[in-house]
Amino acid sequence: MRFAGLIHIAWRSLARNKMRSFLTMLGVIIGVAAVIAMLAVGRGAGETMNSSIAGLGSNVINVFPGSRTQGPARMEAGASSRFREEDVAAVRKEAGAILYITPVARSQAQLKAGGQNWRTSVLGAYPEYLSIRQWPLTSGAAYTVSEERGAAKVCVIGRTVADNLFGAGSDPTGLSVRINNLPFRILGVLESKGQNSFGQDQDDIVLAPFSTVQKKVLGNLYVSSMMASAVSEAAMPEAAQQITEILLRRLRLPPGAEPDFTVRTQTEIAAAANAISGALTVLLSSIAGISLLVGGIGIMNIMLVSVTERTREIGLRLAVGARGRDILLQFLVEAMAISLVGGLIGVGLGIGVAAVLAGAQGWAVKVSVSSVAVAFAFSAATGMFFGWWPARKAARLNPIDALRYE
Amino acid sequence: MTALLAVKGLVKTYQLGETTVHALQGVDLQIERGEFVAIGGPSGSGKSTLMNILGCLDVPDSGEYRLDGEPVQDLGADELARVRNRKLGFVFQSFNLLARTTALENVELPLLYRGEVSPAQAQERALESLAKVGLQERAQHYPNQLSGGQQQRVAIARSMVNDPVLILADEPTGNLDTRTSLEIMQVFQDLNANGITIVLVTHEPDIAVFAKRQVVVRDGKITRDEPTPNVSNAREELAKFPLVEAAASPTEPLLVGKAD
Ligand SMILES: Nc1ncnc2c1ncn2[C@@H]1O[C@H](COP(=O)(O)OP(=O)(O)OP(=O)(O)O)[C@@H](O)[C@H]1O
Ligand SMILES: [Mg+2]
Repeated sequence: MRFAGLIHIAWRSLARNKMRSFLTMLGVIIGVAAVIAMLAVGRGAGETMNSSIAGLGSNVINVFPGSRTQGPARMEAGASSRFREEDVAAVRKEAGAILYITPVARSQAQLKAGGQNWRTSVLGAYPEYLSIRQWPLTSGAAYTVSEERGAAKVCVIGRTVADNLFGAGSDPTGLSVRINNLPFRILGVLESKGQNSFGQDQDDIVLAPFSTVQKKVLGNLYVSSMMASAVSEAAMPEAAQQITEILLRRLRLPPGAEPDFTVRTQTEIAAAANAISGALTVLLSSIAGISLLVGGIGIMNIMLVSVTERTREIGLRLAVGARGRDILLQFLVEAMAISLVGGLIGVGLGIGVAAVLAGAQGWAVKVSVSSVAVAFAFSAATGMFFGWWPARKAARLNPIDALRYE
Repeated sequence: MTALLAVKGLVKTYQLGETTVHALQGVDLQIERGEFVAIGGPSGSGKSTLMNILGCLDVPDSGEYRLDGEPVQDLGADELARVRNRKLGFVFQSFNLLARTTALENVELPLLYRGEVSPAQAQERALESLAKVGLQERAQHYPNQLSGGQQQRVAIARSMVNDPVLILADEPTGNLDTRTSLEIMQVFQDLNANGITIVLVTHEPDIAVFAKRQVVVRDGKITRDEPTPNVSNAREELAKFPLVEAAASPTEPLLVGKAD
């Protein structure tokens, strides 16, 4: 029998029991839709994450006080080593794989300008901070080394801060802003970076000389963290190693002791992010696998019913000259038709769900051609696999038994 | 020239729990080309069992079967399918048309399994076949829109669409009234007149008289085999049929054998 004829028979049989066909497809539809939607969201999220990690600068190294195993967040103040500015200077001098390094002091502060109020984080760091993060300014210029040394009350501000204090799109370069009631001169505005992978607005920031923030805003001599960049991406592990060695020595920890500070590189963060998205992929694949399995069992069940119901039809077809393989193909095509039509509807539904999620959550959602192809291929395979047994059962009927079946 | 069909020592038994049913106990039969054979006998004597074996729908426990020169007992499943497709046409008591499938598509069915026939050719041949049984106007009708007699004529059209050497009919008139039965017999007589060999099972003597040869099966054996003394002509019998009933008949006037 010709293939077009088989398609025709399958189509007719499915159209005859529309509700039943639809319910049978439902498993495949849900499975495929889930796969498409989840892959789209996962991929979108992964891409957002990757681009924001790249936005941090690909060869950035962060050094936090507090050990990795204990977790910096749970450490009480004073319980672990604290860095001083001299430590930063020592690393800069001794670590050959380091290109830039800066101490970082972080504080929350209230900003005031022209009757507007804005609460934001003030970050104190050397001018090199902008080189480390590869962060250009849209107007004005960064503060100088001498302004850093002199603890000058100058700053550059992020786009969000500028928008909220001076109006959207404004250029407040040269204007003045009060930070915790101290007047600072705005030297420039940072280029917008948008949200980071954790959904924080990276433009909601004020950057001022480290010494200024330390002495005039925070009022202590400690360094919250350090940020450095390696001479190249390849030199990252070496740079991290050098920092660790120098700090261990300076903090007078015995060699081999668990360091109570954490050196974290962007590549590590990226690797962690990749591990998360890998785990997500495994999870999604198992959901997909399970729903396709359930859908497949549904198909098998309904195909068995169909073979039984149509035993006499099979007998008649055999009587007029159908071979076993013609009957096998007929039922296989029918099973595949269920799963492929289900797959098609599932792809449509999945894209729809992805679009709705994208709209509702503001995620970047990417439906890739490959995920559609994979979902489709899997649904076809499901039909093939689960349709095989009932089809073979039909093909093995002997004509007279089939014709006599009641 | 060898016989079209020759069976020798056919045996078929069915095991039903404790009891053994000897459906066929050594049947020998030869049928030549162009014959029209009626097989009769009491219920349960093994007529259908014999027909199913002749139709390659069932296999005997032992015995030989040659059909059109081929040793059927030696053929594999696919070969048997080919024989059923090319050489045989089977007509059932219960019509066995595919539901929700038009008369035309039902008749096309054997051609679809033939392989080398294109869909357009299949349709053309199916229409010709339907025309021979006088149903070309009903080509697009579904079985549930046809009378019993019309359904059986569709089934006959299906059985002959592949130009078989032999048409086997197991009680084709068993579900039909007298007049419709006569119409069916007329179709068979016309087919036979055109050279097609026909073997037909019936237990009605009125029907058997339209065949040229009568075989009687009793307890799984052939007990009588002789030519019909006076073969009746179905067209003449139909003409004699009371007009009142003819007018009430749902079937169409037959076109078979008439020039269009
Ligand atoms: N599939 C089967 N299983 C068991 N016994 C069977 C089967 N088919 C037929 N028989 C038995 O074989 C014997 C012959 O049956 P068969 O159908 O050939 O009779 P028949 O001559 O066609 O009868 P009828 O005129 O009533 O159609 C019967 O006794 C029947 O009960
Ligand atoms: Mg019978």
